[in-house]
Amino acid sequence: MGRNIEKDKITRIVATDCGSTTTKAILIEKIDGQYRLSTRGEAPTTVEAPVEDVTRGVINAVTELEELRKLKILEKDNFIKDKKENEGIDLYISTSSAGGGLQMMVAGVVKSMTAESAARAALGAGAIVMDTIANNDGRRTFERIERIRNLRPDMILLSGGIDGGTVKHVVELAEIIGAADPRPRLGSSYKLPVIYAGNKDAVGEIEAILKDKTALDVTDNLRPVMERENLMPARLKIQAQFLEHVMAQAPGYKKLMDMTDVDIMPTPGAVGKIMETIADIHDIEVVGVDIGGATTDVFSVFKSEEAENEKGTIFNRTVSANLGMSYSISNVVSEAGLENVLRWIPFDMNEGELRNKVKNKMIRPTTIPQLLEELMFEQAVAREALRLSFDQHKSLAVGLKGVQKQRTVSDVFSQEDQVSTLVNLMNLDMIIGSGGVLSHAPRRNQSAMMMIDAFLPEGITQLTVDSIFMMPQLGVLSEVHPEAATQVFENDCLIYMGTCVAPVGNTKKGKPCMNIEVKYSDGKTETADVAFGDMKVFPLGVGEKAEIKVNPEKGFDIGKGPGASLTKEVMGGVVGIIVDCRGRRPFVIPEKESERIACLKKWYTEMNLYPGFEN
Amino acid sequence: MAHAYTPGLKVTPRTIIRKERRLPLKGNILVKKGEKVDSSTVVARTELPGNVESINVVNKLSITPAEINEVMLKKEGEAVEKGEMIAQSMGFFGFFKTPVYSTCSGTIESVSSVTGQVILRHKPIPVELRAYIDGVVEEVLPEEGVILGNESAFIQGIFGIGGETEGELVVATKEIKEVLDETKITAEMKDKIIIAGGFVTTSALNKAIKVGAKGIIAGCVDADDLKNFLGYDIGVAITGHEEKGITLVLTEGFGKISMAKKTWELLIANEGKKASINGATQIRAGVMRPEIIITINIPDNMNEVNEQEYSKSSGMDVGSNIRIIRDPNFGEIVKVKSLPVELTVVESETKVRVVEVELKDGKTMLVPRANVETIEE
Repeated sequence: MGRNIEKDKITRIVATDCGSTTTKAILIEKIDGQYRLSTRGEAPTTVEAPVEDVTRGVINAVTELEELRKLKILEKDNFIKDKKENEGIDLYISTSSAGGGLQMMVAGVVKSMTAESAARAALGAGAIVMDTIANNDGRRTFERIERIRNLRPDMILLSGGIDGGTVKHVVELAEIIGAADPRPRLGSSYKLPVIYAGNKDAVGEIEAILKDKTALDVTDNLRPVMERENLMPARLKIQAQFLEHVMAQAPGYKKLMDMTDVDIMPTPGAVGKIMETIADIHDIEVVGVDIGGATTDVFSVFKSEEAENEKGTIFNRTVSANLGMSYSISNVVSEAGLENVLRWIPFDMNEGELRNKVKNKMIRPTTIPQLLEELMFEQAVAREALRLSFDQHKSLAVGLKGVQKQRTVSDVFSQEDQVSTLVNLMNLDMIIGSGGVLSHAPRRNQSAMMMIDAFLPEGITQLTVDSIFMMPQLGVLSEVHPEAATQVFENDCLIYMGTCVAPVGNTKKGKPCMNIEVKYSDGKTETADVAFGDMKVFPLGVGEKAEIKVNPEKGFDIGKGPGASLTKEVMGGVVGIIVDCRGRRPFVIPEKESERIACLKKWYTEMNLYPGFEN
Repeated sequence: MAHAYTPGLKVTPRTIIRKERRLPLKGNILVKKGEKVDSSTVVARTELPGNVESINVVNKLSITPAEINEVMLKKEGEAVEKGEMIAQSMGFFGFFKTPVYSTCSGTIESVSSVTGQVILRHKPIPVELRAYIDGVVEEVLPEEGVILGNESAFIQGIFGIGGETEGELVVATKEIKEVLDETKITAEMKDKIIIAGGFVTTSALNKAIKVGAKGIIAGCVDADDLKNFLGYDIGVAITGHEEKGITLVLTEGFGKISMAKKTWELLIANEGKKASINGATQIRAGVMRPEIIITINIPDNMNEVNEQEYSKSSGMDVGSNIRIIRDPNFGEIVKVKSLPVELTVVESETKVRVVEVELKDGKTMLVPRANVETIEE
């Protein structure tokens, strides 16, 4: 991986992310011993006709860096690597999601076991999982074959069976793939990559069936025993095949690969990497979201007894392929239901007109809301897109199924599902938001509120957003220079919005919910009683800390059990400390129109979200 | 980024069209370079591998997978007919043999001694590739397809449904703003492509299918009407595969927006001429918009056509006409008054690059540049 890089000597780094529509470039420089973002530039991605060469967009974006920083970086369309005071760089890295990213199909013997593990491996590598084929998926053979043929994935991951177990079922899957004779999505001149990560005893048979028909690549079983997943070898193979086969077909990528100093990573894979790094460095549990125009990715790092790594954490990524804010906006409204979108709007809107507006945004995805009313509507859609994506994430980020567990008598009375989600909101330390609607909201308060409304954090949770969406570049940078990546991430990438304080429980609106005491670092103290159904914001600036003491009422839990007080140091941000006493498990918005509107107005005014909307 | 603008959809009375017609798999090309073709001409042909079916022979015969080759009467690659015996059990002293019959006509694709499955492949599916436009074969892509060329009036739609079709253009509404309802669809419109300036209703779409019209070109449709017509809601704009029996091309979008005057005038000027239309829309990486191609001239050789003549693309400059593509004033054609360089805060508090425009009534307003499109020639 990569060329010889002397980390200590690196003082100038260019990183690009080639997206489907825009190529974003950042220049990182070491100033006074610290790596900082120096400037950024962007240009349209040039994968498609008439240019059909991704490097053109990269050069255009980097040229913008040159102009803004007044620094010569390129010479005859090549990076100057012989660095001097006013020209050249030490390192160039890139990520890519151009051309729709990596689209995969996965197959496993049992849908809820090996097939689910295979899906997790593919998602973790940065892929979109188009479909999951399993021997027990309820479809007939010809239906599975037809599906494989029609979808034309970039790659297939085949798994199934524990090592030493029966080979019959996984071989049956291989036969189905072989019979489908699948063609890759891009180009017809190469064979479709199929990664086999199943029962090692079946390798011979799998090779006999698939070797001639596909570009078969065998790796370690991703579920060698029922009790353990081993996803990393499959993830690495997916990324290697992505570079070797899929990216190599995209126009200009061979040239781009020669330009970069380390391997190009799929964008979501890189974002996942930086999330893992941050959780690791700070020893925290993190949920991250990247809401784009077409898809929404959710990442999480939670501690778990099932974890195999030293830190005891499990990383999960899911992608909701058709939940996004422009190309897929119509699908969000259709999946969530217009009524669920409108529950966030504190005035009447004509439903017929709204449906037309949504469709018009879908067909003209680059337009932006000029009117406040339209902004409020788009942010309402964003809440629902985030909520649905997070629900999907929670259902996939689960412990391993099919594992025998010793159960005690107390488990019989436990309400917990046999396989529960790893996402524990009460333990969650930080939510990181990114993507246009969150990163570029006119007010940071709006981003904070969208994230609170969608994720419904519990207890005490820090809220942050990616300022300019540079997490992909920092993700790939963390592979080669973790120190530089972390410094830029914390100093320039993350915007701290503040801390959400949300007790879990319910009562009648207006009844006492909790008391909070905020001790500022200058010795000043503020206290407040917050009633159920209300929100309250305490200002606490970026970089400032305060000690809070929360005394919840009986029946409300802030993290120490029902009614138990909690004292904790919290971080400030551009919004401050946000106390949310609107209830959890469940969080309910009043159904009665007048009550709903009154509540929304009260919350939006306290959060200072949309000044002027009352008019 | 000072010159940033959204390129508009093309509406041009005469341009060079080049259409690549490519087979899904390698095959035979049936036309030669320089040959003139009609839209219905088959230019290339290939065969797609047939569908497959599987029979678990070992389960049917209650044997182990390792024994499968002993009972198979047909080998991999051999042709079989539907109902033909492909395997038979040993029986008991040569009696009570159990047969297994082929469920389709085709070939034996594979016989597995691990799973006991026999996979049968149906006969290949012939695929014929039509020209779709009237034109001249400019280039032959050996075994893969052809590039056809002509000179046409060309209009890009904003959204459509249904695939490629051809027919004679017929105007169904007198005025640009007139609604196309079922009363305006007549039996004479069979095999025609119907033009309407304004809004098209569900009942008009259904009536058009009933009379056998090939397509409808209209300004707009209501989102709910389209949902009712299709029977489902379109969540992501990837269309073209609908099999409703008609192709719909919208030039403006959803709601009640009249067709742009220039588009309307170009269409009515070509009434009676043959058009090739395609509703296929893909608004993602690899953007594809619906198209209307009205052939004007088929040159003997595409090199004879002066390409420079057509390559006019108007940018966004002071004085040029542009269209607003989002509320407020959605659909209005306005004049660029100035192009401020600095970022400006609009009502939603979004800080964006804007364009100052002059409305029809002479008033001026600031519009985000992302919310306007240029009018392409």
